[in-house]
Amino acid sequence: MSITVHTPLLRRRYRADRRFRWYGLMALAFALTFLLFFFVDIIHKAMPAMQQAEVKVTVHYSPAVIDNYNKAVSRIDRRIVSKSWLRSLPRTLKAHPEMMGKSEELWLLAESRVDQYLKKHEGHGLKSKYQARVDALRQQSKTRMAFNTTFFSNGDSKLPEYAGVLAAAIGSVLVLLITMSLAIPVGIMTAIYLEEFAPDNYFTQAIEVNINNLAAIPSILYGLLGLAVFINFAGVPRSSALAGGLTLALMTLPVIIISTRAALRSVPESIREAAMGVGASQLQSVWHHVFPLAFPGILTGSIIGMAQAMGETAPLLIVGMMAYIPDAPGSMLEATTVLPAQIYTWSSESLRAFEERTAAGILVLLTVLLSLNAFAVWLRRRSEQIW
Amino acid sequence: MQTSDLIFWLVAGLAIMSALVFWLSRNKAMSMETGEKTLHSRLGYYGWYGALMLLIPAVVVALFFSGLHLFHIYSMPPTVLLVLSFSSGLVGAGIAFSHISVDFRARQSVEKMVRALLFSAATLSILITLGIVLSVLFESIQFFKVISFWEFITGTRWEPDTAFLIGAGRADEGIAAPHFGAVPIFAGTFMITGIAMLVAVPVGLFSAIYMSEYASHNWRGRLKPMLEILAGIPTVVYGFFAAITISPLVVQFAESVGFEADYTNALAPGLIMGVMIIPFMSSLSDDVIRAVPQDLRDGSLALGTTQAETIRHVVLPAALPGIVAAFMIAISRAIGETMIVVMAAGLRPNLTMNPLEGMTTVTVKIVEALTGDQEFDSAFTLAAFALGMVLLVVTLLLNVISSFVVRKFSQRYE
Repeated sequence: MSITVHTPLLRRRYRADRRFRWYGLMALAFALTFLLFFFVDIIHKAMPAMQQAEVKVTVHYSPAVIDNYNKAVSRIDRRIVSKSWLRSLPRTLKAHPEMMGKSEELWLLAESRVDQYLKKHEGHGLKSKYQARVDALRQQSKTRMAFNTTFFSNGDSKLPEYAGVLAAAIGSVLVLLITMSLAIPVGIMTAIYLEEFAPDNYFTQAIEVNINNLAAIPSILYGLLGLAVFINFAGVPRSSALAGGLTLALMTLPVIIISTRAALRSVPESIREAAMGVGASQLQSVWHHVFPLAFPGILTGSIIGMAQAMGETAPLLIVGMMAYIPDAPGSMLEATTVLPAQIYTWSSESLRAFEERTAAGILVLLTVLLSLNAFAVWLRRRSEQIW
Repeated sequence: MQTSDLIFWLVAGLAIMSALVFWLSRNKAMSMETGEKTLHSRLGYYGWYGALMLLIPAVVVALFFSGLHLFHIYSMPPTVLLVLSFSSGLVGAGIAFSHISVDFRARQSVEKMVRALLFSAATLSILITLGIVLSVLFESIQFFKVISFWEFITGTRWEPDTAFLIGAGRADEGIAAPHFGAVPIFAGTFMITGIAMLVAVPVGLFSAIYMSEYASHNWRGRLKPMLEILAGIPTVVYGFFAAITISPLVVQFAESVGFEADYTNALAPGLIMGVMIIPFMSSLSDDVIRAVPQDLRDGSLALGTTQAETIRHVVLPAALPGIVAAFMIAISRAIGETMIVVMAAGLRPNLTMNPLEGMTTVTVKIVEALTGDQEFDSAFTLAAFALGMVLLVVTLLLNVISSFVVRKFSQRYE
């Protein structure tokens, strides 16, 4: 139905109306375009890291290699092959003396500058002398691009071609386990108390106001708390998984309390009344009826809280979790790093090859976090109940 | 014995003992039941009663003596602590065991204890707040013993570089006194927060208006989770994006219009922070706008206003307290945000109005002071706690104001 507009005033008002609606659309379009641009940019930056250059060079297992591993390859190739393999050679030779004196042609991990040069990235930093050598190798098709398995099977390294996310991923899991085992039980217990048992008095109100305040406190202040209380006062080792896990547990506690309370509140009063009507005590009605019904909601909230904890960096920097950690931690008292902290340390490295590794680390982190969040949303949709 | 061993033995020992006591108490109750007299409570409650009577005293004793140790009041060898904890648990279990009889009201006792447990979990949150406030306060007091509070709040020079020399006892070697004037840091924080709000408020608010007033139910269901992805992206990722992608773009753009920009300009982190905050603004506003009753809209439309006029003159005023609260929460997020500014903003405190220059923020200075290898008690690291206190006070104030606004001004519709 179209309305013919006659008066100029009305026409102006209708124009203003359309304009207003258009502002809303523009705002949404801005946010979504940004999201798209962001993902395309990160993926674009991360994709090169999935491939890693390898070069085929001749390796000589001479006795001199035991003292100086560089002697295994020709002088020019020393700058082309990654040190990561070469430096393990003396040990291999000692273990297998029968290899001594032989030489063979092997596909080896290329040095990061060579890798960047082959990927034609600006700022690769490879000197022209070595560029010529790489070009020659490429003409003999002695260079190739292989899937970068090192990235997923290794810890951090000062050699970009040898650096990976595995140690950080294990650290993240360790820290999250500590966070989870503390924050979720305490959070659920607090929420059950406040929602089901607490009398309406000043003390309860104080706790409620306090939890809202805790949720608003910036995460970095939890880092200051962790530093002052756990590390300086209680003597938890700096940069250990325990220090990080405890700090994150305090940080996620209000999130879990608030979401659990919302889930408990969405269970209708009639369920409680019916349970008590057939003689259940208050605790029985909560434990047998209200809690199981609220469980999907509680789970959703806990997953979102854990995803938040997993992506958090600032408080962990304060408790020292940005150390250089090449190996996965063996216990929760050893120095550990986590994925976001690893991303942060890589992003401040100057070598060009670390930039794509930072982006690839981000991609790993985002994949995990977004799937956690998507799982939570799916769970919420599935268990949504209209009473 | 190491602390970790102590914790391991405590947990393992208590787990095994409580399982054993659970089983014993349950069996005792079962054996007491005869044909003519049935137990007062269900069987499991007797088991739980025994287990809780073991666990609660044991854990309380362990925590009490650990606390004494931490406060340097009284220390004992870990093995003694372990024995003390276990024996007090066993005493509790013994008492529980002697209580068990056919008439014993096990359920009531268990429920009382569970309630006490839930209550103590709830009081933990107060302890956390106390911990934050005290840890920040104590170190700040240390700091303000050296630097006057007034200089910190009003000084315009932040030159702490010589503080560590004084900390090392070399104050008399004629070095320049360190300056801890935080005004340039506050200015940088306000500048970046301001830029962020300039992005987040219009985009967030208009998105919320569109989603709640114009979009169909289906579209709203699709758009809202997509916007919330923005809040789910870790801040370290935003920081990388701001530093690597946006900052060079800002520099290029500034050059193309004839300005000069630093790579650590305040604009790039501000813009990205604004994008990060959009979902806070839009979700909260969306909720309050949708809470405005349909009657108000219908009444206004019936008077012949257009939809935009209804929204502007009726819906938004009605939702204003909630929107203001959302605004406050968004500001406190922006002020406390750390990683974006650490990675993309500058380190040098700079008192300027030009967003293209490098500026630094409170959170950057906290991270800088606490991740270096400075002695923990030098004025330089203590300054971090003083800045943290300012941050804490400001966010708490914002939170109090926002809840006050909501409580005082929101309308209640029947």
